[in-house]
Amino acid sequence: MAVDTPSQSVVKTAGDSVARGRSRGTGSHRGASKRSLSTHWYAWAMVAPVTIVIAVIIGYPLVRGIYLSLTDANERNVARSIGVNQIPASYEFVGLDNYTDAITGGQFLGTLGWTVVWTVSCVSLTFALGLGLANILNRRIAGRSAYRLMLILPWAVPGFVSVFAWRFLYNQDNGLLNKVLAGGGIDAVPWLNDPTWAKLSVIATNVWLGVPFMMVALLGGLQSIPGELYEAAEMDGASAWQRFRHITMPGLRSVSTTVVLLSTIWTFNMFPVIFLLTRGGPGEATQILVTQAYKFSFEVSPRDFAQSSTWGVLILVLLMVFAAFYQRVLRKQGEVW
Amino acid sequence: MTTTTPTPQTLNAPVRGRRSPLASVGLHLTLIVASVIAVFPVLWVLLTSLKPAKFATTTDFFRETTFENYTNLLNDTPFLTWFGNSLLVAGLTTVLGVFVSATTGYAVSRFRFPGKRGLMWTLLVTQMFPVAVLIVPIYNIMATMGLLNQPAGLVITYLTIAVPFCAWMMKGFFDTIPREIDESGYVDGLTPFGTFWRLILPLAKPGIAVTAFYSFITAWGEVAYASAFMVGDENLTLAGGLQKFVNQYGAQWGPMSAASVLIAVPAALVFLFAQRHLVTGMSAGAVKG
Repeated sequence: MAVDTPSQSVVKTAGDSVARGRSRGTGSHRGASKRSLSTHWYAWAMVAPVTIVIAVIIGYPLVRGIYLSLTDANERNVARSIGVNQIPASYEFVGLDNYTDAITGGQFLGTLGWTVVWTVSCVSLTFALGLGLANILNRRIAGRSAYRLMLILPWAVPGFVSVFAWRFLYNQDNGLLNKVLAGGGIDAVPWLNDPTWAKLSVIATNVWLGVPFMMVALLGGLQSIPGELYEAAEMDGASAWQRFRHITMPGLRSVSTTVVLLSTIWTFNMFPVIFLLTRGGPGEATQILVTQAYKFSFEVSPRDFAQSSTWGVLILVLLMVFAAFYQRVLRKQGEVW
Repeated sequence: MTTTTPTPQTLNAPVRGRRSPLASVGLHLTLIVASVIAVFPVLWVLLTSLKPAKFATTTDFFRETTFENYTNLLNDTPFLTWFGNSLLVAGLTTVLGVFVSATTGYAVSRFRFPGKRGLMWTLLVTQMFPVAVLIVPIYNIMATMGLLNQPAGLVITYLTIAVPFCAWMMKGFFDTIPREIDESGYVDGLTPFGTFWRLILPLAKPGIAVTAFYSFITAWGEVAYASAFMVGDENLTLAGGLQKFVNQYGAQWGPMSAASVLIAVPAALVFLFAQRHLVTGMSAGAVKG
């Protein structure tokens, strides 16, 4: 039996299965290919639940969504039942019309513009604040765990509760912010009722929500940088900024790239904050692509499934292009991920 | 680093710990301001919930402290039913989510198998799918399978949101556990699953804590699917129920803040349980991610 072979090979070599001797209690002398099959079998069995659920719940809807985006489906012509009567679907295939409409029309591009502004400002602010706080928390400082506990709090509160809290603060007539301003003799600010203020307000709320995740991830990254590096740099006379620039930043590279990518994707699709805070208003000022697509299929009449799907597919394409581009840039800089 | 001359050990140790009192004050001030901003909105809701409803919008921190908002909420509304539904859905999502992402993460971390790269990519790309494009087709699937208005339908949907991220995290975490431990399991005749279950999983507690926290928060706070899939007062989860609330009570901040506080409690408990492990768990997951 080959049980005593170092089974690093379990990881390294799937093809070279001879070295692998997990006997699974049977101690049988089966052929090499069978053993490799059994390894794969285990791996596949372990990932099967995820794969199946994703295939059914994401795969099928995606295909269906893409199909709908090529039709003129809306509430009036999809299959539906009125009483006992089944009315078959009567929508038609229209090719890429929806896409040309979306791309040539002003609405999509306008919404996209704001979505990009929203994503870039949220991600960069969250990252900067998260990095700053993580750096402070990584020092030896009294009450560190108490601070950490309080700073992570926004993450632990369910989204709709914190959004409610912010709506309460922002409320134009009764909100605390305006009352405090009034106390200082300043006129009430239309936090959520003026297009520009509303944009600033939703960004502020989302940054508030997003900082804890960034902070925790970056703090973890900081803690994995060996302290000796800093000591050595200090002996060489490196200034605080140089240490940050040449040790901290490179040390945080892999964490940062992952969290920035994830956070960009999440922010781009951040449905609850916009939906619950402003519903995209005033007018359509704070509507991002996702909330607008949701509006098409749930809030306008007749519900426009085709256009909603078109926007959804465009969102997906944009994000995939972004991720591929992002990864390519990283790879050029020597990062294999 | 070019430390050609060996420096005495005693010299470098205290250098890093030294900080001027002014710098210390600055750091504490920054942290205090940040903590106040982080805590205040939530604290304000808590304080509001303890005021009589008619004083909900006063700027006083305390005003005739009372629990009437809470008693009204619990006696006059189906809040407790919704709460129970949410607890069921979030609990199931957490248990299943942790288990499934742990097995997936382990498989991806330890084995090389055909389809692995594809799986990793799929898990990442899944994060990009906008709710809006999925919600109608998922609704139709759930209707076909008879899972509409059932907790199971929501649980399955939430798993698709939570598991991809969690599986990445768990993979990163498992990567930090030495493979020698697996090998010792094999030597003792354990199956790969046995090794995973008896040896590796107990070592992965921080990773599990993060995964559980993330799954629970995701399921507990999700709004879009919850309001689309569940209808009828007795089936609603909190997210859907509160939407009704907003329509019913309009700008009645008192009952709303009491509800918010009660909703935040289970999340806070899970958070307290998990927070010790958050940094360790996340760092392993994210560094390697």
